[in-house]
Parts: sequence; structure tokens; C-alpha cells
Amino acid sequence: MTAFRSRPVGRRRVLKAAGATAAAGVVGMPAIVTGQSGTIKIGVPTIQSGRVALVGQTSVGGMRSVFDPLNEAGGINGRKIELVVRDSKGAPQEAAKVTRDLINNDKCQIILDAEASSGAFAVHEVIREIGVLCVHTNSETSSLTADPKLHVPTAFRAARQGIHDAIGGGDYAAKIAKAKNLKRWVTCSPDYAYGRSNTAEFMEYAKHFEPSIEVVDESWPKLFQPDYTEVVTKVLNSKADAMYSALWGGDLSAFIDQGNLYGLFDKMASFMVNLGDYGVVDEVKQFPSGVYSGGRYNRTVPPTKENEDWYQAYVKNYKHKPTNWSWENATAAAFLVEALKATNGDTDGRKLASALKGMKIKSPWGADGTITMRGDDNTIINYIIGYGLSQSKDPYVKDFQTSAWGPILELEKEWKKKQGYG
Amino acid sequence: MDLEALMRCLGTKSCVVTQLTSGLIIGMLLFLIASGVTLIFGVLNVTNFAHGSLYMIGAYVALTLYQASGNYFVAAIGAALSVGLLGVAFERLLMSKVYGSNVLMQLLVCYAVILICDDLVKIIWGPSGLSMGMPAEFRLPPLRFMGGVIPPFYLFMIGAAMVIGLVLWLVIERTRFGKVVRAAAVNGPMVSALGIRVNLYYAAVFGIGSALAGAAGALAAPVRSLTPGMGFSILIESFIVTVIGGMGSIVGAFVAALLIGFTRSFGSIGFPLFVDGVMFLFMALVLIFKPSGLFGRPHR
Repeated sequence: MTAFRSRPVGRRRVLKAAGATAAAGVVGMPAIVTGQSGTIKIGVPTIQSGRVALVGQTSVGGMRSVFDPLNEAGGINGRKIELVVRDSKGAPQEAAKVTRDLINNDKCQIILDAEASSGAFAVHEVIREIGVLCVHTNSETSSLTADPKLHVPTAFRAARQGIHDAIGGGDYAAKIAKAKNLKRWVTCSPDYAYGRSNTAEFMEYAKHFEPSIEVVDESWPKLFQPDYTEVVTKVLNSKADAMYSALWGGDLSAFIDQGNLYGLFDKMASFMVNLGDYGVVDEVKQFPSGVYSGGRYNRTVPPTKENEDWYQAYVKNYKHKPTNWSWENATAAAFLVEALKATNGDTDGRKLASALKGMKIKSPWGADGTITMRGDDNTIINYIIGYGLSQSKDPYVKDFQTSAWGPILELEKEWKKKQGYG
Repeated sequence: MDLEALMRCLGTKSCVVTQLTSGLIIGMLLFLIASGVTLIFGVLNVTNFAHGSLYMIGAYVALTLYQASGNYFVAAIGAALSVGLLGVAFERLLMSKVYGSNVLMQLLVCYAVILICDDLVKIIWGPSGLSMGMPAEFRLPPLRFMGGVIPPFYLFMIGAAMVIGLVLWLVIERTRFGKVVRAAAVNGPMVSALGIRVNLYYAAVFGIGSALAGAAGALAAPVRSLTPGMGFSILIESFIVTVIGGMGSIVGAFVAALLIGFTRSFGSIGFPLFVDGVMFLFMALVLIFKPSGLFGRPHR
């Protein structure tokens, strides 16, 4: 006995269904309806649960810091911007599914992809198929936009790029290594695209600027690994002079907490590109001093009124501190607003992409007050890059030294040639 | 593979001490969780797939109690007891209804509990990762032994897990309660026919198994990030331990947990990219050559 009764499938229903299917085949099944009235719906696949839920929370905060004032002022030609945020739980397959749902079911016309690199590559492939405009806001893996084979005309990146940080950071690390005779290095980074490429690029440029540097051991903990005990002891046993780590978010917090137990940070010089961010600062109970920390987001970097005002407004409006993802997402949102103004509110992917290429906007986080969306590879340049020294009290990073963009861009060209991206 | 590095480590006292301690820490935590799984399976013949969720709740409850009391020992004991009571309720209200059902039904009930627990944790403690931080009692510089480095908290963890394991073994092997539990594991209806309320013993065993998971969560809380769903990854490893040691064998869980702990600590040096592979290889070999596990008895 069945629990429900289904309608009998009659000949007429079969014919109707077949006819509808055939008609759809003839006219083509539109995946997206790019309506030009009503709200502009922007889909946001991101991580909202788990150890790095902070990614989603502070990414959305960054977007809202731009869209909320815009909507209050009337939106774009009277059309308000609506964010539709979905949780991918940090799983690439879920990120792809969520992105398809956002476009096909929620009818989002634009995607702001606030995934980490693990999910961003999956989202990128969905965008390749569907063709809406997408701005990756968190993925720093260089190849996402640098590799021409991966190029998607309507996909952009408004986030740091690993190679930029690597050249700037490598130069900084080389100077310290030379001054302090740090020759033997060990690395400890997450085992996925971002961790692997970021670490390889950083060490390549540290060696480029200081050839005596040698990597004696490597450790590749899994992304979101719960326990770092064996990783910490492996790093300790390497007897290295210095360590480089690209761990981030909750993984970095757990690694620091467990490393502190072994006195790891007193035993070797440590360089951590993702340390000096408020998310980590607030989560780690014993924030280590004297660690060389990459610039992520800090209210004092750059020490300008615009940056401080944005920080104060962000904290007041969203009740938490901004992170590196916040400024990246705010930058993506600012680019998008300018592109929408340029297309007069048209959300067609190709038109928005055309508007974004080569666009320069004013930004609190620009090295000279502006950030450019480079047209060659759809990625941003000229944002603040640098390293400083961690300290246990506010502002948590001191003696920040910014990197010059001239040498970064020159070396990036050579790097692209070496990678076959030229 | 870097077997040369592994050989170098094995030839250095400091490296051996550090990695042995590291293996013990990983192993003892796994043992606490796996012993709960194996105890419940051995007596009740059900596989508690929601055991990882009890570990997660133990960690969160310990965090809350620590924040409220400022005393880590109160927090750890409170967490173990709370999760033990929760386990009793779980057994009485849900699991007891599926005793004798097929594994799929048990799995469905447990999966529902996992989802409910994860969502409740999100509602109560939030979706973001939380950190307890090192309790003040253990904020001490690491100890040095033969050149190796041993954090004081990890010594406490190892000691606490060993004491709990020993007490558990004594209770099961040397007390009347243990005798009844062992008899019920072999033939529950016969024990019941002797006038013993077997259901109470079942609930108690489930409570003890759950308390072990809670204690493991409380011990892990100072050094691990607390997140909804954190029980899942440790559950997989604890099942590997249970399968290798033998379902139902506490001694087996102890030996297998140490085996996995040392595989991870020394493997991270010798074959860092194949540590998980080796663990699963151990499990596969056991399943092929001794399906009941190293110390298990043939399945009823």
C-alpha cells in the first residue's frame, strides 16, 4: 500500500510534457533571466559555518559596507542591490552547486564569489559555463587569473594575489635572513592550491633575493585539520632557523595555540603571511609577539583617515572587526558599483566585464590611494602589500614596511614567462 | 617518502622523545573516544555513529563551564558528566528503540542526531570557530627531557587518559557491575531472566561510553578549535581504531590508538603525504586477515 496517490500519467499529459520540452529545446532554455528592473540580485557563495565561518561573516560585512550606503542613497538608477548569501561549508563541490542554485533558482544576475581558493576554482568553472559576471573576492591563488588556460572573460579577482605577496614578502624576508643569518628554512602551509602555490612562490622569491636560503623541510597539514601536534613537532625537529607559514583563519589559530605549547615561536624566526588579521588576533588566546606578519587588514595600514573611518563605520554597523576578506570584498563591491554605473544598471556579463577591464577606483587600501583592475588578466594591482612585526597589543602589527609595486610588476612578468603564462 | 629523515629522527634522542610524546597525545585522545565506541558496541551490539557529536558537545560544554568557573578541572569533569547524562537520554529515548534493527536504521537515527547536534551547537554557540585557550594552570614553559620538548598540558592529557582507561578496565574486569555488563554482552535475555534489570545496565554503559567522549572533548578543548561538526573527522579515526583493535575490545582500542598515534607522529616525518593512506592500509589488512580485529572476538 502506498502512502500517497499519484495522478495517472495519461497520454495528454505525456504529449503536453513532450511538447513543452521540444519548445524549450527550440527556443533554448535560458539559464538566467537578466531582467533590467527591480533589484539587482547578487549571489554570494561563501563559507558560513565551521572553523572558518569568519570568512563568510566578514566578507559579507565588507560587501555591505559599500552596498548599504548605496541602497540608502537610492541604489543604481533607483534599483537597489540585494545580496543572496549561501553557505558552501568550505566544500568545493558544494560551492559549485550553490553557485548554480544562486544563478538558476535565486535568479542572481551577478556572483561575488567569497570562497577560499578551494571553492573559487569550482565557482570559476561554473561561471565559464554560464557567463554571468563574477568577481572572486577571496582566492589568492595566482593561477586563478594568471594562467591563460583558466581565463574566463567574465571572471575577475578583487583579492590579493599570491605572487604579489610572495615577491614583496620574499624581498622583506631576504633582508631579515641576511641580517640575522637565517639560512635553514622550514615551511608549514595548508595542503591545497593556495597553500602550495603561495609557499612555493614566497620561498622562490626569498631565495631570489637571498640565495643562501635553503628549505630543509616542509609540512603540509590538511585544510581544516583539527590537530597540529605532529606538524608542530615535525617543524621543531627540523632544527631550522626560520619558518614560513601560509596557514590562515581558524587553522592558523589552532596551529599557534598548539605551537605555543612547544614554545615554537621562541625557537625560530617565524614568517606568517596571514597572522596580523583581526580574525586571528581575536581568536588566538596567546597572540605571539615578534613574528613577521604579512599585511592583511589593519586599521593602521595605511595610517590614513579614510582607512580609520571605514574601520570605525564597519565595527559600528556590523558589530565585529573587519578582516582581510572585508577590504577585499569591499573593493570588489566598489568595482562592481562603478561597473554598474558605467552600464547604466545593465547586468549583462559581457558589458560589465568590458566596463571593469582596466578600471581604476579610489580606495583606502590603494598603495597610492587607487586600485586598478588590470585588463590583461582581470586581477587587481596597486593595493597595499607589506610585512610588519607582530605584538600582543593593539594595533598588533608594528614597523610595517610597504613593498613597492614597480619591482613587483617587473618580477611578476618574469614569473609569468617562467610559468608559461606569458 | 623521506625515509632518510625518519631514520635520522630515530637516531636522535630529542626527536624520538618529541615524536613519541606526540604519538601518545594523539593516541590517548583517540583511545578515549574509541573506547566509548567499542564499549557500546561490545555490550549493546550497536554502532554509535553519533559518538563524534558527543565529543563535540563535551568540548563546547567544557568551554562554557571553564568560562563560568575559571577552573579547568571543574569544566572537564562537568563536561564528562553532562555528556554522560546526555548519552543516557539518547540511549533511552532513541537508541533503545532500534536495538535489534538493521545497521541502516541505527545509522539513520545516529545521522539525525548528528545533524540536530550540529545545528544546536550553531544556535547556542554560533557557527564560527571558538577557542578555549590554555587554562592558567598549564601556562607553563615546555619541559625538556633528553633534548625532547614536552608541553605540561600534554603530559596531563596523557596521564588523564591513561587513568580513565585503567579505571574503565578495572570497572569492566574487576567489579560486579562489570561482570553483569560482560554477561549482558554475551546473553542479555539470560541475565534479564536472573532478575537483573538489563535495560538499566544498557543505559549505564551508554552513559559511560558517552562520558568518555565528553572527557575527550574536554581534554581537546584547550588545544583545538571548537567548531560545529568537529566530531566528524575524529569519528573516522576512532572507527579506524575500533576496527583495528576489534569491535568490543578496550585493550584492542588502546593498542590500535597507540598504533595510529605513532603512525601519525613518525609518519609525518617519514611519509608525510601518505600518513592517512598507511592508517587505512592497516585497517584494510586487519579486515582481510583478521576481520574481528587484533583483539576482538568473532562477531555475534
